[in-house]
This record gives sequence, C-alpha cells and structure tokens, in this order.
Amino acid sequence: MDLIAELEAEQVASLGKDIPDFKAGDTVRVGYKVTEGSRSRVQNYEGVCIARKNGDGIAGSFTVRKISFGEGVERVFPLYSTNIESIEVVRRGRVRRAKLYYLRSRRGKSARIAEDTHYKPKKA
Amino acid sequence: MRSGIIAKKVGMTRLFMEDGKQIPVTVLQLDHLQVVAQRTADRDGYTAVQLGAGNAKAKRTSKAMRGHFSAAKVEPKRRIAEFRVSEDNLIGVGEEISAEHYIAGQRVDISGTSIGKGFAGAMKRHNFGGLRASHGVSISHRSHGSTGQCQDPGKVFKGKKMAGHMGAARVTTQNLEVVKTDATRGLVFIKGAVPGSKGGWVTVKDAVKKKLPDGVPFPAALKSAAAAAAEAPAEEAPAEGGEA
Repeated sequence: MDLIAELEAEQVASLGKDIPDFKAGDTVRVGYKVTEGSRSRVQNYEGVCIARKNGDGIAGSFTVRKISFGEGVERVFPLYSTNIESIEVVRRGRVRRAKLYYLRSRRGKSARIAEDTHYKPKKA
Repeated sequence: MRSGIIAKKVGMTRLFMEDGKQIPVTVLQLDHLQVVAQRTADRDGYTAVQLGAGNAKAKRTSKAMRGHFSAAKVEPKRRIAEFRVSEDNLIGVGEEISAEHYIAGQRVDISGTSIGKGFAGAMKRHNFGGLRASHGVSISHRSHGSTGQCQDPGKVFKGKKMAGHMGAARVTTQNLEVVKTDATRGLVFIKGAVPGSKGGWVTVKDAVKKKLPDGVPFPAALKSAAAAAAEAPAEEAPAEGGEA
C-alpha cells in the first residue's frame, strides 16, 4: 500500500464512521449537523441517492436529490464528513445505472424508482 | 534565520477536522534528511548548511560525491541543497532533521520544479482569450491574435507573450500553511498544492513574508536531540507511575 492510501485508511479508521451499504437508487436519510450561532442540532435530509462518486474511501461522496416544495434540491455529502451524524437507508431501489442524472428531467410518475425486493447485504 | 528542509512530495489527500471542515493537504516526506556540510564565514564568506535527502546507490554516485559524503560520514544522498542560516543556527554535520522542524499553523515557502507542459499555446501559457468560435474565424480559434502595431514601430516588442515552452521551471509558492506533522514517519502536511509532481523533490523554508511563530525549534528539530529527550523521561517515568 502506498503512503497516501495508508494515511487515508488510517483516517477512515480513526473517524470510526459506520457507513451503511447503499448505492444510487436507494432512498437515504442523512442526519447532518447544523450549527446556528452557538447551538448545533441535527437536521435530517431524506431523498434519493442519485450518485456515488470517488469510491468508498476518504474522498468518497454521494448526491441526494429530493423534491422540496415542488423544487428539485440536490445536496452532495462527503462520505466521511464529520458533520454527518448518521446515514440511514430507508428504501432500496432497483436501478440499471450508476448515475441517475436522468431523474433531473423527470417529474412525478416517471421519476419513480421500483423497490428492490431482492436486496442481499454484501458479505463483510 | 533557520535552515529549511528538502522533502519529497508524496501526493495529496484530505483531512477531516473536528469542526466539520475538510482541508486539502499535500503530504511531504523527509527521507533521511541529514546535514552533509557546513559553510562558514571565515572559510566560505557566508554561513549555510548543506543538506542531503534520500538514498542514492553508491555505485551510481560519482567518486567526487562519494568522497564528499564519506567526509561527512553520511550515506550517499539523492538530493542536495544549501540553506543560508545565521551563525547561531548552524547544525552539526551528520545530524538528521525530523519533521517536527515545523509546527502546525506555521507558514512556509515551498519551491519545486513545476510539472512540464511542453510547448504550450498562448491561451494555456498566458491565459489569453483566443479568437471567436464563429463570425468568420477559421483554423485560428486558439491563436494569440495580433503581436503589435504597423510600420511604426515595425517590430515585435521584446518579451511579447507568445506560445512557447511552459512548466518544468523552478516555482516558489509562498505562505503555505503547515496543518500537522508526523515525526515518526517524517511527514509534513501542507494545506493546498505544492509545485511539482508526485515523487518530486521540493525545498521548504520558513515564510519570508510571515512572522515566525513561537515554539519553533532552534536551530532545527534534530533526531539526536529527540532521542536524548526520549531517553531522559524514560528514566523518570517508572518513578512517576508510568504516566501515559
């Protein structure tokens, strides 16, 4: 292992995050720490994960899309951000591609994702 | 004035901080960084330390350099650089410098050889705008355009920015922040980018445009001094009850 990979693996271990197994198409709920003045609270952001980027290492991130008050909203979260309190998979979706950018041009019925009823957890 | 260091650029990564911030860092490694020679005022007319870093094969080192290294009783070095120091900051020949030479939050200037770009056009080399995509422009969309006036002055002025060789030059980036250091592996984490490619050699110096913070080791953070300090508390530790 080269030194950079070693350092990144060490940092992943020291952050001690438990990232669930999820992919594009899954509906996830992200508990994100919000600081208002001196107070900080956890805000939940729930939507469809439309992309996972840069692997599952320290550089990894994922994009969550939801429709908020009739307007599409997308947020990109770094996987190992210290601001993320929790990631929870609400629903497994069955999709045929890794990046669901086509959802951006769709609304309502055509933007639905079928549920994956045959989901098998990856063997650790 | 303190000595600088020679370091090898390992690559870039990111650090997540407690407050949710993430910092892009360049990892620099100190590889057997030792003092090879000294320059003194009465012999050379100035004071400096010559540092060597990395390990070179003895058979690939010239005979003259082998003699130079053996005079200092150090292994043959890959890279050598001289750093001007004030007289009280001279370091003994053969001393090895550790990564604790810099402290977190300190600003440094880093020099290295930038990545070569070859023969580059005016758009890439000097951020020219190029010509229009349409309206009759043909073939010359990325050209530099006019290079001057007419019969008066009747020449292209010297220093006119044009296409040419780009990169592979010595570049210094000033006021880069040291995020943290790792003395056991000899790593220095620098916020942001550092000139040069991965595996390239850079020199790190205290920033000339920023004040040196308190707590910086003088004349340098030496491995021999660290070993001596580690030995001393080790004798006291059992008496105190093995404080972790």
